[in-house]
Amino acid sequence: MWVDAERAPALKDAAASFKEDKGVEVKLVIKDFQSARDDFITQVPTGKGPDMIVGPHDWLGKFVQNGVVAPLELGDKAGEFEDAAIQAMTYEGKTYGLPYAIENVALVRNTALLDTPAQTMDDVVAAGNGVVKAGKAKYPFLVGLDPKQGDPYHLYGIQTSYGAPVFERNDAGDYDPNQLGLGNPGGVEFAKDLATWAKAGALNASITGDIAKDAFNKGQSPYFLTGPWNVPDMQKAGLDIAIDPIPTGGDEAATPFIGVNGFFISSKAKNSLAASEFVLNYLSTEDAQDALFETGGRPPALKASFEKAASDPVVAAFGEIGKTGAPMPAIPQMDAVWADWGATELDIIKGKADPAAAWPKMVQSVQTKVAG
Amino acid sequence: MTPPDEARGLRARLSRPGETDGLVGILVKIVLLGLVDAVALYAVFVLAAQEKWVVLVVAVVLTVGVNVVYLRRDGLPAKYLAPGITLLLVFQVFVMGYTGYIAFTNAGDGHNSTKSDAIESIATKGQERVPDSPQYQLSVLEKRDDLWFLVTAPDGTVALGSSDEPLEEVDDAEVDGSGKAVAVDGYSPLSFDELLAQQDAILEVAVPVSDNPSDGSLRTADGSTAYEYRSNLRYDEAEDTFTDATTGAVYRDGGDGSFVSDDGEELVPGWKINVGLENFRRAVETPQLRDSLVSVIVWTFVFATLSVALVFGLGLFLAMVFNVASMRGKRFYRVMLILPYAFPAFLSGLVWSGLLNTEFGFVNQVLLGGAEIPWLTDPWLARFSVLFVNLWLGFPYMFLVCTGALQSIPDEMSEAARMDGAGPWRAFRAVKLPLLLVSVAPLLITTFAYNFNNFNVIYMLTRGGPRFEDTTSDIGATDLLITMVYKVAFGTGTGRDYGLASALAIIIFVVIGVIAGLLFRRTKALEDIH
Repeated sequence: MWVDAERAPALKDAAASFKEDKGVEVKLVIKDFQSARDDFITQVPTGKGPDMIVGPHDWLGKFVQNGVVAPLELGDKAGEFEDAAIQAMTYEGKTYGLPYAIENVALVRNTALLDTPAQTMDDVVAAGNGVVKAGKAKYPFLVGLDPKQGDPYHLYGIQTSYGAPVFERNDAGDYDPNQLGLGNPGGVEFAKDLATWAKAGALNASITGDIAKDAFNKGQSPYFLTGPWNVPDMQKAGLDIAIDPIPTGGDEAATPFIGVNGFFISSKAKNSLAASEFVLNYLSTEDAQDALFETGGRPPALKASFEKAASDPVVAAFGEIGKTGAPMPAIPQMDAVWADWGATELDIIKGKADPAAAWPKMVQSVQTKVAG
Repeated sequence: MTPPDEARGLRARLSRPGETDGLVGILVKIVLLGLVDAVALYAVFVLAAQEKWVVLVVAVVLTVGVNVVYLRRDGLPAKYLAPGITLLLVFQVFVMGYTGYIAFTNAGDGHNSTKSDAIESIATKGQERVPDSPQYQLSVLEKRDDLWFLVTAPDGTVALGSSDEPLEEVDDAEVDGSGKAVAVDGYSPLSFDELLAQQDAILEVAVPVSDNPSDGSLRTADGSTAYEYRSNLRYDEAEDTFTDATTGAVYRDGGDGSFVSDDGEELVPGWKINVGLENFRRAVETPQLRDSLVSVIVWTFVFATLSVALVFGLGLFLAMVFNVASMRGKRFYRVMLILPYAFPAFLSGLVWSGLLNTEFGFVNQVLLGGAEIPWLTDPWLARFSVLFVNLWLGFPYMFLVCTGALQSIPDEMSEAARMDGAGPWRAFRAVKLPLLLVSVAPLLITTFAYNFNNFNVIYMLTRGGPRFEDTTSDIGATDLLITMVYKVAFGTGTGRDYGLASALAIIIFVVIGVIAGLLFRRTKALEDIH
């Protein structure tokens, strides 16, 4: 099994008990997370790939397109997992992976600076600027932006409240590459508001993820739009935090992207039966999912394990917000979206582009790329 | 008195002209050759098992060649060259050949493997679980080499069947504590180890649920649960077509490496086929490339030329300074100068990208007192920054090269020039520089070629941005040809396109090859100065 260094320790116990019960050794090969997806796609056809791989659900589209994963029938077990997690592991009506963790962003609030949650983005900007004016903070609101590529992923929740998701879903619940939700009228509204917030000092193209994290941990801002992965460091820095839902800008609910991590079985696995047994009957157990949560800190996908993890209010809050989200599209066309989307948001935030013109232009460009 | 004679005879045989090894040398040679042959033999078996005949033949030819070279008595130069040539063949010629081969295929996302793999993958995907069918608990049994499924439905009914015998209820099955049937008289249950030993056969088993084949059949993935599946996509081997059982659509091999229905719908995955010159046609006609091609080509040449000029200029200047005999603390400065060179280039790129951040970067914050200069986001400043960082990364190398070259030029040369009445600048221009160029020029050409393809610096520092505003493609002011190729083939499309990438790589290779060839010819003229 290919696994990244972060998850390997948690899987060791599951592998050990599998060996004890069934006498089959699961060899964990540590792979670099960045290259694992592409290596899997190129190596499976040659017969040299692994039997199993751990990864996020948005790899799935590419895996299916290249025929390198085998469908996985979860049977009655599917009901024991969060619906969103199963949905994420499903592609064109077939389930391909066993989910184990769900992650999504939320609005983290420094309660020492602001003690009441805000509902809308305008409230956030106003309250944040109030704190800045009072001289207690430096930034009204933080979100990590890549100065070269922007960060549509983090801003997506806010964008959806304008009724402009990246792709619309068809009746079966699958994302439809031919229906670009980005082009909905709400998209331009969102773009205009981006410019307003940037002018108000709430969005800053020079603030990268690292800078934002550092500033928030130093207590320089009341708000930080981020995921559970940054929470341990905030707690280490001694902050008192509350996890609030994504603030809205438009009239609709904010639905952030959900990322679901899971286990996939190669379509050319040499030990297909043993791999299925391991994934379906060992990694789906409460013990295994608990262990994965303890090392990774990401809310478990198994309902029973999540209940336990949710005794921690931070996990519970992130999980609650995740329930309002939608899985990030796994369709291969998603690759065609990021570059234009990020660059356009960045130009708008920097004030270099007119939102009313730049947004439709971006939609046009993405459409051309999706059409190939 | 025969033994000493024999020993002398052996020594005499060993020390023939051209053969200088002692006994130890011979032993080392035998051991090393033996190792090479052993590895080669292993490789041959592995390759034969995988039916990779071309690679196998190449491996055999190489091994035989190496053996011949080292077992022959003469041909000393060949013995020194053989390892290098072997590595050259494996890592350069083969890689180039393979790139050439890929350039003529449609390899990429969705066309990743062979046709038989694609058929298998489509067929398994076509298996669909019958809606609302129960999850069966399964025990696999064996009877006279036939595999049987003993299944327990959620309501407790127990049934038995095999690939040839439809499912039939049994009453006398042995049931374990959890209510799962585990054995029937006359059949031997398989342990987990036995399941593993026969796993391929077990995965193949499809037990019909009833006499009607369209009712579906039971299959298992893990050997302990079974589900009813119905096949929605059936492959017809004779016709080489897939038929969709629900819509009746027929998918044929469309000749493009995928199965296509009459209304143009494509089944994924497809497979790899030869497409001839198609990729080269697309390389020229891709709109994303065409839009910005001219400005990218111009910038690529400017970047490579200026990089070489700046790096050489600074390197040479520092080398001259260090060549002054009276300078103190040379060793310390030398170590400092090598540092940027010793640091991995792509990491330096990332670090510099942080240092040059408009608001928070070290350069603006500390050195320029908080000025907000958009080093990486303004097109011209970004070009400047890329050149600057590349200079920082590259000058230590040129400094080393020039130091070496300068030391090989005798001081008498400049002295003679001074006697003839030339000033220091004139002496440098007319005497030292030409002599220096003779040895350095080939390195300048390779530096040019390297910078022509300097992916690291561009990608880590600016990712090619800031983007051009007059085109819809993801190409920007600092994109070199190579980063543009990367973006077109891998970055922002709907799939990775190895075929197109290889074709573009070949085109760039030809361009560089021609330029380098022309320049090398020019440097021959330099040598005439000698």
